[in-house]
Amino acid sequence: MFHLSRKDQIKLAIFALVVVTMPIWLAPLGAAYPGLMQKFAIYAIFAIGFNILFGLTGYLSFGHAAFLGVGSYTAVWSFKLLTMDIVPALIFSTLLAGVFALVIGFFSLRRTGIYFSILTLAFAQMCYSLAYSVLTPITNGETGLLLARNDPRVIDEALGAGTVGGAGLPTPALLGNTVSGYFGFYICAALLILAFFISQKIFASPFGLALRGIKSNQTRMIYTGFNIRPYMLAAFVISGMFAGLAGGLLSVTDPIAGAERMRWTESGNIVLMTILGGVGTLIGPVIGAWVIEYFENIFSAINKNMLNAAFDFLPDGVQNLAVTVLSKFVGEGWHLTLGLLFVLIVVFLPGGLVEGYLKLVARFRRGRGTKPEAGGK
Amino acid sequence: MNAFLAQLLNGLDKGGAYALIALGLTLVFGTLGVVNFAHGALFMLGCFMAVTFRYLITIEKVTTDPTQLSPWGQPLEVRAPIVQDWLGDFGLFLVDYSVPFSILLTIPVMLAIGIGMERGLIKHFYKRTHAEQILVTFGLAIVIGEIVKSIYGPNPWPQPIPSDLRSAADIGRWLGMEPNTLTYPWWRMIYLMFSLGVIAAVFAFLRFTTFGMVVRAGMADREAVGLLGINIDKRFTVVFGLAAVVAGVAGAMYTPLLPPNYQIGMDFLVLSFVVVVVGGMGSLPGAVLAGFLLGILQSFASMTEVKSLIPGIDQVIIYLVAVVILLVRPRGLMGRRGVMEG
Amino acid sequence: MSVTSENAAAGNAANGKNIVLHAADVIKNFGGLRALSDIDLQIEEGKTHAIIGPNGAGKSTLLNVIIGRIAPTSGAVVFDGTVLTGKAPHEINQLGISRVFQTPEIFADLSVLHNVMAPAFARRDGSFRLNMFRTTAREAAIREEAESLLNDFGMWDRRDDHSGALSRGDKRRLELCMCLIQHPRLLLLDEPTAGMSRHDTNTTIELLKKIKLRGMTKVIIEHDMHVVFSLADKISVLAQGRIIASGLPQDIKEDPRVQEAYLGGAAE
Repeated sequence: MFHLSRKDQIKLAIFALVVVTMPIWLAPLGAAYPGLMQKFAIYAIFAIGFNILFGLTGYLSFGHAAFLGVGSYTAVWSFKLLTMDIVPALIFSTLLAGVFALVIGFFSLRRTGIYFSILTLAFAQMCYSLAYSVLTPITNGETGLLLARNDPRVIDEALGAGTVGGAGLPTPALLGNTVSGYFGFYICAALLILAFFISQKIFASPFGLALRGIKSNQTRMIYTGFNIRPYMLAAFVISGMFAGLAGGLLSVTDPIAGAERMRWTESGNIVLMTILGGVGTLIGPVIGAWVIEYFENIFSAINKNMLNAAFDFLPDGVQNLAVTVLSKFVGEGWHLTLGLLFVLIVVFLPGGLVEGYLKLVARFRRGRGTKPEAGGK
Repeated sequence: MNAFLAQLLNGLDKGGAYALIALGLTLVFGTLGVVNFAHGALFMLGCFMAVTFRYLITIEKVTTDPTQLSPWGQPLEVRAPIVQDWLGDFGLFLVDYSVPFSILLTIPVMLAIGIGMERGLIKHFYKRTHAEQILVTFGLAIVIGEIVKSIYGPNPWPQPIPSDLRSAADIGRWLGMEPNTLTYPWWRMIYLMFSLGVIAAVFAFLRFTTFGMVVRAGMADREAVGLLGINIDKRFTVVFGLAAVVAGVAGAMYTPLLPPNYQIGMDFLVLSFVVVVVGGMGSLPGAVLAGFLLGILQSFASMTEVKSLIPGIDQVIIYLVAVVILLVRPRGLMGRRGVMEG
Repeated sequence: MSVTSENAAAGNAANGKNIVLHAADVIKNFGGLRALSDIDLQIEEGKTHAIIGPNGAGKSTLLNVIIGRIAPTSGAVVFDGTVLTGKAPHEINQLGISRVFQTPEIFADLSVLHNVMAPAFARRDGSFRLNMFRTTAREAAIREEAESLLNDFGMWDRRDDHSGALSRGDKRRLELCMCLIQHPRLLLLDEPTAGMSRHDTNTTIELLKKIKLRGMTKVIIEHDMHVVFSLADKISVLAQGRIIASGLPQDIKEDPRVQEAYLGGAAE
């Protein structure tokens, strides 16, 4: 059950090392603060899950944000009703997202190709619209679902644990320890490593082989005796549960859940991360998530003054021009950079950054460059 | 009954917008085989053509009138649009009717944008998978949206209805009812007529011209037409331009009904994709039919009576219909077999 | 339909010979067009049964009816006591029928070895199993069987190659491996040598003869008389949706109706 090939063991060890040492190697990059590193880990989990669906089976879901949203709301409700402990919150987030994925997947998977994409999009948009309107009692509409001091929290009450966090709002906790800062990051990091491990297991399993078979040739699959529907549904639910876990973690690190997490732009975002890193590869989605989160953080923080300072050495006219042009791409304009980057990646590097890296490596050792198998690092 | 008719009318003009966008989307898909997620951005660009046109013709010239004095004792500043200076009363008329006149700007600009887009980017994606087409056009849509945002800012730009058309038509009286029982704002009616006109023009173009015949043949069987030695690629570039123009004018004329901002394209895109899928991917009549149908359904769903019966139905009706249609009639209302499957 | 299946089952028992597949009174209409009429076809266990006929005779339609891709207008196909009509393709495969297509259907994105291993999992684990905590590479039994099969077909040294990069002939051989690893009770071959050179055709005939030694029941649809007469134990001739003759290769060769309908036309 826990077996991995030697190659995968090494990959997992390196991956774990890289994740755990984030606070060290991110420091020179100016990103070693817990809030951002938590996001790195959470979106990487989301992307890994999305890749199990899109990367292995080729089914492009445009509605995964729905599961992220369900996960966040569930976690906050678990905090409100049961306990501030994060374990039940995360378990419920994952499970409920799985149930949603089961229902949505059951219908959406009756169709393939773009019809599948549109169906998932339609379901997610329905969830989003409902969360904003009729479901306000559950979602608290535009304000977003918040914690309150007078929430019931029956388990905490029964145990007489009281609330962690003193006089203010209670804070999420793991076995009585407040989850925040580096502790919060390490919880996310541990779950990310677990998610990566599960993804490795799936990639290397006969189940994963069947999913790739579905992507490669459905006719051959059915005439070989595979029933495609349950395979697809299983992949869809698993990937929905990863999204639910990510959503739960978002609420754990910051206990507010809003409907905008279900918006289709969020779904688009996860597609983007996966493509940018390299769809269908193990590590690609993680890299994509990190790169986008990192640059979003850096680029959106840059403002005109910083640009002016940076181009001070230029003559005035040129400086103005450079600052005016560049300022369109940073700060508020970060999305423009992201969009351009995305177009360039799809046009020139459909395999994402991982493919780019492999091409580079192949160029260096030309001669004995055998083509790497899909799914490898 | 009147409430019913009123909702029907309200749904029709919105349906017209859906139909126009879906028409272009279908045209591009049917001929070029490309799933264009940037089509909503073209609609949005059309909206901003109207904004730009109005901005240009309302640039003011400031003159001082020494014969009059302002309350501060200085010569009074007189501001007047330059077009008035140039064209006199016609200039004022132009400013008042800026939205319909903006079509004159929209058509050539959108044609150029469409052709540029097809030659520059889309044509490289004919042979790639639909997923990749979706992704690259999705990225393009983000880029266009962000460029518009950086020029026009994030806030909506309301556009006025020409002053003569701000009232509502008393349709009830035409039908022999009591006055003011059933009214329909003039501009909405104009938009409905306009969209019907554009649809008719596109269909006539495809049916009665040689060009259109080739395009239709190409939609039916691209390879066969290619084998006949007809250069379809060049024609398909024009088709893309045409789709851009249709989306553009649909947007420009819609601005008085919904002030545009840079996000309007994405909002409409999601809906029009649903429309196209409901109508049946690749079917032009299906797109038009589904556009009007969904517009009307949405309008009915937002009636208070319906909303109190099924809360939230107005928010989800379009998606609900799409889900049901796709599950019951996999190829949409008028779709052909095997399009876009697998 | 149930009556038909009973008849078929009774026929099997009475016959003494073991009939694996029985297509009984199969009729297929496409709109007003009759593609198959009153087909009665019995496939004996362990034999190679060729179905020949001119273009448009309904050979592919018949094969598709057997495989469950097309539902017959009336009549039934019974495989080993089970009515196939109305079953999904994967269910039919799970009963023990594998199929080689006219244009090879393989997993072009996967390695050659994985192409052969995947069908073995379908045989062992059934049509669905959530075996996500096992490791493909550690399935020693299946791996060894796949490798030995590839070895038999001279493709062992290419086992790690991308199968999409194989030549057309190799793709065909790979597809055959994929079917054979399932140990099907019945193997359907749709023009297995179509578009092949004479040399490749002969290689394929040799390969198919090897399978024959294993005693596997086969149905071959074929144009090429050379292939048919090299392999078939029994031949059925299809013309205009009817079986006009059925029998041993020698009898078929001499049957005047067959010569008129088919061989005469093809002998140019």
